[in-house]
Amino acid sequence: MAVLIVIAVFVLIGLIVLVVGTPLRRAALQRAAAAAGGAAPPSGETSEEPLRRAELEAAREAKYREIRDAEMDFRTGKLSEPDYRALDGELRAEALRILDALDELDRASGREGSEQIG
Amino acid sequence: MAGLGFACLLLALMVCAYGIGASIYGVRAGRPEFSESGRRAVYALAGVLTVAFLVLEVAFLRNDFGFNTVADTSSRTTPTFYRAAAVWSSQEGSLLLWAWLLSLWSSLALFLTRRRMRDVAAYATAVLLGFAGFFVSLMIFYANPFATTRPAPAEGVGLDPLLRFPTMMIHPPMLYSGYTLCTIPLAFGVGALLARRVDADWIKAIRRFAFAGWLFLGAGILLGARWSYSELGWGGYWGWDAVENASLMPWLTATAFLHSLMIQEKRGMLKVWNVSLVLATGTLAIMGTFLVRSGVLNSIHAFGGATLGVPFVCLIGVLIAGSIYLVVSRREMLRSENRLDSLLSRESIFLANNLVLVGLCFVIFWGTYFPLISEAVTGQESSVGPPWFDRYTVPLALVLVLLSGIGPVIAWRRATLANARRNFMIPVAVALIALGGLAAAGIARKPLALAMFCAGAFVLAVVAQEFVRGTRVRKAMAGETAPRALLSLVQRNRRRYGGYIVHVGIAVLFIGVAASSSFQHATELQLRPGQSTKVGAYTLRYVRPTASITPKYDRAHTGSTVALGAEVAVTKGGHRVTTLNPSEGYYSSGEASQGTVGSLIGGQPVSHVSIDGGATRDIWGAIQPNIESGRLKKIVEAGNRTLSPDEAIVAIGLLAREYLKHAPPAQFHFIVSPLVLWIWVGGLIVFLGGLVAAWPAPSLVRAKAAARFRARSSRELARA
Repeated sequence: MAVLIVIAVFVLIGLIVLVVGTPLRRAALQRAAAAAGGAAPPSGETSEEPLRRAELEAAREAKYREIRDAEMDFRTGKLSEPDYRALDGELRAEALRILDALDELDRASGREGSEQIG
Repeated sequence: MAGLGFACLLLALMVCAYGIGASIYGVRAGRPEFSESGRRAVYALAGVLTVAFLVLEVAFLRNDFGFNTVADTSSRTTPTFYRAAAVWSSQEGSLLLWAWLLSLWSSLALFLTRRRMRDVAAYATAVLLGFAGFFVSLMIFYANPFATTRPAPAEGVGLDPLLRFPTMMIHPPMLYSGYTLCTIPLAFGVGALLARRVDADWIKAIRRFAFAGWLFLGAGILLGARWSYSELGWGGYWGWDAVENASLMPWLTATAFLHSLMIQEKRGMLKVWNVSLVLATGTLAIMGTFLVRSGVLNSIHAFGGATLGVPFVCLIGVLIAGSIYLVVSRREMLRSENRLDSLLSRESIFLANNLVLVGLCFVIFWGTYFPLISEAVTGQESSVGPPWFDRYTVPLALVLVLLSGIGPVIAWRRATLANARRNFMIPVAVALIALGGLAAAGIARKPLALAMFCAGAFVLAVVAQEFVRGTRVRKAMAGETAPRALLSLVQRNRRRYGGYIVHVGIAVLFIGVAASSSFQHATELQLRPGQSTKVGAYTLRYVRPTASITPKYDRAHTGSTVALGAEVAVTKGGHRVTTLNPSEGYYSSGEASQGTVGSLIGGQPVSHVSIDGGATRDIWGAIQPNIESGRLKKIVEAGNRTLSPDEAIVAIGLLAREYLKHAPPAQFHFIVSPLVLWIWVGGLIVFLGGLVAAWPAPSLVRAKAAARFRARSSRELARA
């Protein structure tokens, strides 16, 4: 029984090392491949662009939800028409600003992409 | 096998230490592979703790009394279901359950956020592994679930009779899931503050876990209340017990957070408030665990004898100090993006609702921790009882119910008085009709209960109005039939209408609480067979004594040696209404000093309550037979003198027969409470509403709807 327990512990240790070590091995292989190809290794730094994009996409979804909520409030009689029109205009202007920021992000990553290809 | 279990704990601690280091290094040094390795450490932790949990579970199922926890909380005669669940009936097992559930929920949270908020998630990983490491350390150094005694005893003590009920076995996993889920938003809150990213993406990520924590905690609280009412023999469902309060406090702050999160999402306001609520909820969840595990406060629930107080106090101190530091040091990035447009807006109602919820939490916190503080200052023990809690919580609860009816009717950002008047007309009329009708029925003698009934009626009318109007709008827009329109309405607006269903549940629940506590009739008295008493409009007559001996008649598998009780006939106006069969179970104590027969019934007796429940009232009965009466005592003493342990059960048979022939007067406790059923129904409605609100839309539908809306918005924005 003691032998089985020892074997089980070593199996667990092996599995743990496999699970937590996979990303480290993958990164090391990528660096080695990059070095062998003569290219600069990946910087490994967290790019701000995906974080900013995720933030803007979440903000866009929230803004669309707000526009729908305002329409629902108007149709169920909680908002008068003048108030709804004013609010809807404000919300759509805010949504437009978010869409513009996303477009700017797309243009910037498109520019970076073409620079890299060039 | 105990060796394997303990080795798993040691591995778990090492994995936690590695994961914390890898996550923090990964995010600080810009090495995402280390952050990912840290996240995978959480998965590895879940795997290792699953093995540990299985080892303990198998030990219980196999009756391996070499394990101290198995010997202390199980026995060969404990039914299999209770043996399987007895794992978490001990201090050590419950710590393992906590750590295991935390690792599972953390794995899920980090898996779902693996492609987003990598910087925030890395810090959150470190925090979650920190919590897990704390609990694993407690097990390794203070309360080892794998401690053994060799040679193993032949038999265990058995499960505490109070815990031998299905609701009580499910209650801890639900409650602990709630507690552990509440630590996930805390971890992501700390992560967001450290990474300086408290934004829309963060809200989206933590909302679902805050919701899940709220749901599980609520279910756990309701199960506990149901157990208290139907099993504990005092006839109540809420006693403002320290452990009850400990679970209610994080639920209140989580409720506040779920509401004010909507304001941050829409208006970029209340960031400091939301972050503080998230940190407070997680800290209160840890404090709740501290109350149950440290034995620091007296409680009917607390079953942790070992003192884990010092480590917990240190952890709570670090949490509080760390939270304050983070919020103060990041206050610039937590500035509101907008201001409140109008006092007559849903934002201001939500804000008021938040203040009431936090106020309730503060009152309960003060009343719960006051004994500790008082003892620390004066050196004398003191306590605060239900009347104190009721004095402050009842008015606040009333305001809360009212606000839950006002909020849905007011628009976001700004509403006009004219609109508000129009929208409140019908619900106010319904409330006034309820007021008039109930006052005429004599309910006015309990003004707070009357106010709660009217507030409840107001809320129900508001929600009904919302569903009717929304369905009409949907029908007009989509040309659907009414049932189809109602379904589409809810599917397309799950958060809104799921929230309305939750409000209905809360109103129903509070109506049940107000009725059952204000209009209850109760009596405690001694009765002989044939005697009767009146409770409210009902007459209860002690018809005859009853007795049953295990295992043949122990259908509930309570494990009692003998159960002595009574048949009670309930009539109203001369008509038979129901029959109650309360009994008291007598359990084996395992104490040889009580004698061969005495030890079979010398354990803690447990009341088996009899309830006749209905839509309008519950009739509740409990009995405490006098087992110390002359004749019965003589049988026990004679048996102790003359019978061996194997023969002692014969005396129990004689005892039961004697009880049936010459039953001594028994102490009865009868309660007639109106509308108790609606407390449980209200709770179920809250749960259902929560599921509706939290249920994700099918991804294809969501994608199509989003695409159509994007196209439409783009067209219309271009026109504007």
